[in-house]
Amino acid sequence: MQHFDTIIIGAGHNGLICASYLAKSGQKVLVLEASDRVGGLAASHEFHPGFKASIAQSINQFSSKIASDLNLASHGYTPGEAMATIGLSADGNNVSINGDTVTGVSDKDAASYKKYRKMMLKYSGVLKPFSLKTIPRIGNNSLAEMMLFGKMGLGLRMMGKEDMQEFMRMVTLPTRDLMDENFDSEVLKAALCWDGVAGSTNAPRSPNHSVLMMLYRMTGDHGGDHSLPSGGIESLVTALETAAESAGAEIRTSAAVKQITIDGDENGLKASGIELASGETFTADRVVSTADPKTTFFDLAGVDNLEIGFTNRVNRLNTNGYVAKLHLALSGLPEFNGLDQPDGRMIIAPEQDTIEFAWDDAKYGDAPENPVIEMVIPSLSDSSMAPDGQHVLSANVMYVPGNLNGGWTDEARQKLLDRVIDEIAKYAPSIRGQIVGSELLTPADIESNYGVTGGHWHHVEFSLHTMMMMRPTYEAAQYKTPISGLYLAGAGSHPGGGLMGGPGHNAAHEILK
Amino acid sequence: MTTNQLRYPDEELRHSPFHERMVALSARDSWSAWNGYKLANNFYDGEYEYFCIRNMCGTYDVSPMQKYEITGSDAERMLDRLVTRDITKLREDRVTYVVWCTDDGRVIDDGTIFKTGPQKYMLTCGSPCIAWFRKACFGYKDVDVKDVSDTIAGLAFQGPTSYSVLKAMGLDGVETLKPFGIMNFPFKETELMVSRTGFTGDLGYELWIDAEHALDLWDALYAAGEDYGIQPFGEEALNMARMEAGFIMPYMEFAEALKTVHFEHDQTPAELGLDWLVDFKKPRFNGRAALLKEKETGPKYTLCKLDIEGNKPAEGAEIYSDKDCANQIGYVTSAMWSPVVKASIALAMIETKHKDGDLWAEVYYYKELRPYKKVAKCTLQNKPFYAPPHAKKTPPDPF
Ligand SMILES: Cc1cc2nc3c(=O)[nH]c(=O)nc-3n(C[C@H](O)[C@H](O)[C@H](O)COP(=O)(O)OP(=O)(O)OC[C@H]3O[C@@H](n4cnc5c(N)ncnc54)[C@H](O)[C@@H]3O)c2cc1C
Repeated sequence: MQHFDTIIIGAGHNGLICASYLAKSGQKVLVLEASDRVGGLAASHEFHPGFKASIAQSINQFSSKIASDLNLASHGYTPGEAMATIGLSADGNNVSINGDTVTGVSDKDAASYKKYRKMMLKYSGVLKPFSLKTIPRIGNNSLAEMMLFGKMGLGLRMMGKEDMQEFMRMVTLPTRDLMDENFDSEVLKAALCWDGVAGSTNAPRSPNHSVLMMLYRMTGDHGGDHSLPSGGIESLVTALETAAESAGAEIRTSAAVKQITIDGDENGLKASGIELASGETFTADRVVSTADPKTTFFDLAGVDNLEIGFTNRVNRLNTNGYVAKLHLALSGLPEFNGLDQPDGRMIIAPEQDTIEFAWDDAKYGDAPENPVIEMVIPSLSDSSMAPDGQHVLSANVMYVPGNLNGGWTDEARQKLLDRVIDEIAKYAPSIRGQIVGSELLTPADIESNYGVTGGHWHHVEFSLHTMMMMRPTYEAAQYKTPISGLYLAGAGSHPGGGLMGGPGHNAAHEILK
Repeated sequence: MTTNQLRYPDEELRHSPFHERMVALSARDSWSAWNGYKLANNFYDGEYEYFCIRNMCGTYDVSPMQKYEITGSDAERMLDRLVTRDITKLREDRVTYVVWCTDDGRVIDDGTIFKTGPQKYMLTCGSPCIAWFRKACFGYKDVDVKDVSDTIAGLAFQGPTSYSVLKAMGLDGVETLKPFGIMNFPFKETELMVSRTGFTGDLGYELWIDAEHALDLWDALYAAGEDYGIQPFGEEALNMARMEAGFIMPYMEFAEALKTVHFEHDQTPAELGLDWLVDFKKPRFNGRAALLKEKETGPKYTLCKLDIEGNKPAEGAEIYSDKDCANQIGYVTSAMWSPVVKASIALAMIETKHKDGDLWAEVYYYKELRPYKKVAKCTLQNKPFYAPPHAKKTPPDPF
């Protein structure tokens, strides 16, 4: 039986990043991936002959530190330029947001936006030191750990009293309150809200953490602006894969882990390897799981090996995903009313309340009457995604319950597909004629195709009680778990989901400490 | 509302399956409550009933106790993780005394587990615990916990003549029943389960039967026990007997961990002197990591048995390391004048690091309504105050 220093479960971006750091430090690392390709939710697949897409469709906070640590440039990853976020308007009077400039709104809104953006960037700066750091447990802290908390305090203090007070007031506001304080244009407000609510069970009126979420997303390199690498998301995944392999990590696909081997004796429990679904077994000094916490603890480790309070806390984690994925194979570049080129991140949400009402439908188990949608045309930056001259439209559709009232029958699926296409066609009337193929993945499909409980964007809902030293829950929040030798390194750990790499990076550092 | 209508009908105490007979024998009509049922404080006099248990035999209604039936192919694994003892070693028709703890190793409750079938257990405990057991079941595929508290009647039957009464009742084979063993006997059209268990430190049994047959069982037992001095006893007598035996009582020795507010107001098994119930050879059980940590440093407090100079029961006394009572190191949890030991005895929580040093109790007592206090020397006892050899003999001594 082969022995490794570390076995990593899952070759999503976090698994690959963790593998690279560990292998670079000299460890013998094996990465095991259930599916037939690497990348996890960022993996590209052919959804229609000749047309490819990935679940994660744009990047807004991938860590440049990781990119340079792992020398991803040499492996073919070139970060993309920031792209505009475009709030679509059916009449073609679109609102375009780019850096600190916004067009398509009143002069007043445009001026307010400059101020707003400056303020938001300042506040998101306070959160920045935290992303690539393990957040210490509460209680007996070392000096270094106290310093980290101190940094946040200092960051706040350095802003001055007024800003500090304002930060404290603002950070837990519903996004809607913040938008209404600053702007008049509903399209602008709704588009800006998006990053506060995307992938969560929040809508603009939800209290407590959607502003925090926006700030969090703004800690990325372009101040939260989205981008697409020149070779597409696939180029990032490939770069991470080759970086890991060239550091010496072994990656095996189509290798689903059935269970984590946990040895028990008078010294307690210790993870000592894994067993694959095929029956093959490997031993290791430690096992790192990037599968979501419920999968890791319930399916792979088993409740037998965990304490009762802990298991029930994990069970209570909100893992209900509400984002569906639509992929359209198009015979040509779609034309959107009022847009020269659909090369931005386009958002269909005419009002903040459109987002709110879509959530209202979904939270009681219905598909939204009027879905809200975030779209990119990734084939514009990566021509390999579609045959020559043809294109892919990739869309995040909110809010779509995984557990639909009445179930996801073919009929229910078709109905949602029609609704979403109808909605897009309001802004791109000729698109219908261009559609040569389509794929709609509900959160339930994402759960079964990608092994993510609930198909949740962040593996575990990102909220105040599941942040930082509470993520995913105490006793498993510093990448270590109650089982010796078992670590977490996926999106369910701090700093959370999205293509960022924080969990994989931080877990590796925790292991190498 | 008419004047003689009950104000809080739902709050009315319920009657246990034995109630009809107990009421008839209650001279004092003195009741308190246990899990919503009427519980006799005494029937005539607590001390008198205590002497019945020590010299003859008595019955104590344990029907209000919580009883859970745990079944399924995962029942053993679920229980083995739940409690600190090794349940895989529990054989069929055997009973074991257990505690279960929070993740932090604080005692939630103590109780007994009866293995009644290959994949079937009965767990009994003092207060409702179903919510915790449900949590403990989460993640197992085949285990079911059913609350059978209301459908199974239980009668503790304790005292030196108890064995002879069961024989007289016709329970053939009961002479082979060993401590912590279970035997089943046909009774009317049902089955009577007899376990050699109890809470008095004496020879004794617990009788379990479906609630509909409770009165029949009572009648058969009292008919057979007529010449052996059978008596019902209440909480007061039980409390005396269990103290002498060194058994702990919830809300006297320990506060159930799921109900405390302050994190140190509950106890670990070691603090309660129950470290012998914690099996660290077992790699998995709830609270293990926390208890292992405690084991390294030792428990902060230890429940101690004290023999206290003088004859005043030391209820509510504080324990000091010095006669001047300057340095408090503990407190008495239960105390009494023990008729068998002929001494003032107590259970007390004492800071572990001080328990082997000088121990002084500041004892408070009243004489004709006047409060007095005195400082009495305490001697640490390592054995139960009362553990007569006849309690463990098989077959037991006949009368
Ligand atoms: C609909 C949707 C849209 C999104 N859009 C964006 C976006 O536009 N931009 C963005 O930045 N983020 C987006 N996200 C979030 C982002 O995709 C994820 O947070 C991120 O990819 C998670 O990465 P990970 O490495 O932690 O986990 P994953 O990518 O989920 O990887 C975990 C891997 O573990 C594997 N695995 C699980 N169980 C086993 C097992 N038993 N044995 C072996 N392998 C196993 C899985 O197959 C998977 O490959 C989106 C998420 C969703 C659901």
